Amino acid sequence: MFETVILTLDSTVRLSTPLLLACLAGLYSERSGIVDIGLEGKMLGAAFGAGAVAYITGNAWIGLMAGIAVSIGLALIHGFASITNRGNQIVSGVAINFLAAGLTALLGQTCCSQGGRTPSLQGDGRFRDIVLPGAEQVRDVPIIGPIYAELLSGHNILVYAAFVAVPVTWWVLFRTRFGLRLRAVGENPAAVDTAGISVTWLRYRAVIACGILCGLAGSYLSIAQSAGFIKDMTAGKGFIALAALIFAKWRPASAMFACLLFGFLDATAIRMQGQEVPGIGEIPVQFFQALPYILTLILLAGFIGNAIPPKAAGIPYLKERS
Amino acid sequence: MSGGQLPRWVDYGLIPFLNLAAAFLVSGLVVILIGENPIDAVKVLIWGSLGYTEGFGYTLFYATNFIFTGLAVAVAFHAGLFNIGGEGQAYLGGLGVAIACLALDHYVPWYVTLPFAILGSALMGAAWAFIPAWLQETRVCHVVITTIMFNFIAASLMVYLLNGFLKKPGSMQNETRTFEDGGRLPFLNDIFPSFGFGFAPVNLALFVALAACVLVWLLIWRTKLGFEIRSFGANATAAVYAGISPVRITVVTMLISGGLAGMMAINEIMGSQHRLLIDFVTGYGFVGIAVALMGRAHPVGILLASILFGMLYQGGAELSFEMPNITRDMIIVIQGLVILFAGALEHMFRPAIAQFFLPARP
Repeated sequence: MFETVILTLDSTVRLSTPLLLACLAGLYSERSGIVDIGLEGKMLGAAFGAGAVAYITGNAWIGLMAGIAVSIGLALIHGFASITNRGNQIVSGVAINFLAAGLTALLGQTCCSQGGRTPSLQGDGRFRDIVLPGAEQVRDVPIIGPIYAELLSGHNILVYAAFVAVPVTWWVLFRTRFGLRLRAVGENPAAVDTAGISVTWLRYRAVIACGILCGLAGSYLSIAQSAGFIKDMTAGKGFIALAALIFAKWRPASAMFACLLFGFLDATAIRMQGQEVPGIGEIPVQFFQALPYILTLILLAGFIGNAIPPKAAGIPYLKERS
Repeated sequence: MSGGQLPRWVDYGLIPFLNLAAAFLVSGLVVILIGENPIDAVKVLIWGSLGYTEGFGYTLFYATNFIFTGLAVAVAFHAGLFNIGGEGQAYLGGLGVAIACLALDHYVPWYVTLPFAILGSALMGAAWAFIPAWLQETRVCHVVITTIMFNFIAASLMVYLLNGFLKKPGSMQNETRTFEDGGRLPFLNDIFPSFGFGFAPVNLALFVALAACVLVWLLIWRTKLGFEIRSFGANATAAVYAGISPVRITVVTMLISGGLAGMMAINEIMGSQHRLLIDFVTGYGFVGIAVALMGRAHPVGILLASILFGMLYQGGAELSFEMPNITRDMIIVIQGLVILFAGALEHMFRPAIAQFFLPARP
């Protein structure tokens, strides 16, 4: 029983990581007032870029850089449309999702001719699991041993990076001048403009930060969790991250817990498949798949507090009228 | 930027044309990147979608789907609402059609089943749009977010239902039994054999879609409700001052929008597949956004945009046959570019054009 719990929590951590990175990405963007439903597309683009380049170079780090570059590129398109051209941010996000889904499948077929997937990565092409010091020695110690050896140790570097990104994001947003301005521009851009700070440049920086984190999230999928890109491999994770962001009410620490919760639901669903629950019977796996959205909707309906988005989110900023 | 008005033909003709041209230009670059000749690709695409009657029949079949989802998005646009839940609403609409057809197909001919199928699809689609609409006004949470979530919940729900009691007994496929003749709309090829639509699945639902275009036009521009919807969309605060209830308008508009999206299933399920199956919507709901944007939320524009997208679907299928390097994913890329240039970047060319057409101000 204890072992089952540890193993479930272990896969919870693995499944939460891409959600957490994408969720923090959305946090930067939405806190600056740019609604981003293109998280999914940016992750997919990054997953493809990372998978393809890691295969060609055989180096996971270069793959990661490529993934981040693709994601930043898509983020800049979103920025150009929604900041510079003051277009509709939802429409732009939908376009990014379409572009990424189509282009990755199309180029995947052209470059590799394996039905839209990239060839399997070997050796250094992939981020490998890191065994923390002393993990093997303490494995046999009761309770603490398995927790340290299974749960904390033995993940790849991007998993640790994701959880380090939580306090870093909190510090950047709530303890630096940049963060204060970023939050201000999401609430009242006119006030920031009056203070002589460029709304445009601030929002572009937020969108680029979003691109970097989405790049990490997508690369995690293709060169850390799996060994290569598979067509449509994000499978709605970008939207679950978006739900988590709302569930967390746009706060970094809560975002981590929301992503862990949604990751846990995913891990439980995999473990529960085909198993009977006493008194209830078999719970359909579709129920677990829908649960993150149902929970977020219950939150939005006001049963678990209130989720109030940044005030200027989704509204293009018009500097002056003429 | 200018305060002046651009001539109407520039606003409704030239700018959409430039946006579309930019999208196709970039698509051409993608084709070159893959190593094919874009001119040849365009030739195949146009021949495949318009060059022979069977191909044209397919184009019309796809266009029928887009008319429904495009109208759905457009009606919501008029009230300033963004319904991106067409995908889930159409999926649930399929459930409504299937229930009507499964219940009636043994007993009555198709023209008795059809009204029930229309009712079922519209009711189910509307029901799926109701909660997002209600939450939007009473709990101030954006309809975009809630409709996205309802898309995913719809997908899970339908897989569950098709895996369970809707499933044909003894079948391994996740689908219902095939409808009898009483649950099938006649193909246009059977009604007008002389046109030679061949195996194209274009069916009577095309006329339902055209009727829906007319009804939406009447609703939006010729009724009191339509006036209220447009007023609310133009200026919600002013509309509330004028005595228009925001909750009522939001809910009613979203119900109409969801109902229209749901009716897409008549074409796909009752008209072509003759059974309810998993993932039959496959993006038509999302493409409705592009159709509504290109059609400027007007039924005539939507009709034209639907035919264009129908051409892309049918021509794209032909293209993947003739040039195996260009898979059907190319259609998704082109759609993405159209949404980007005609939607998100719609104002990109405007300042330059305004400078050209409007006299310089002192």
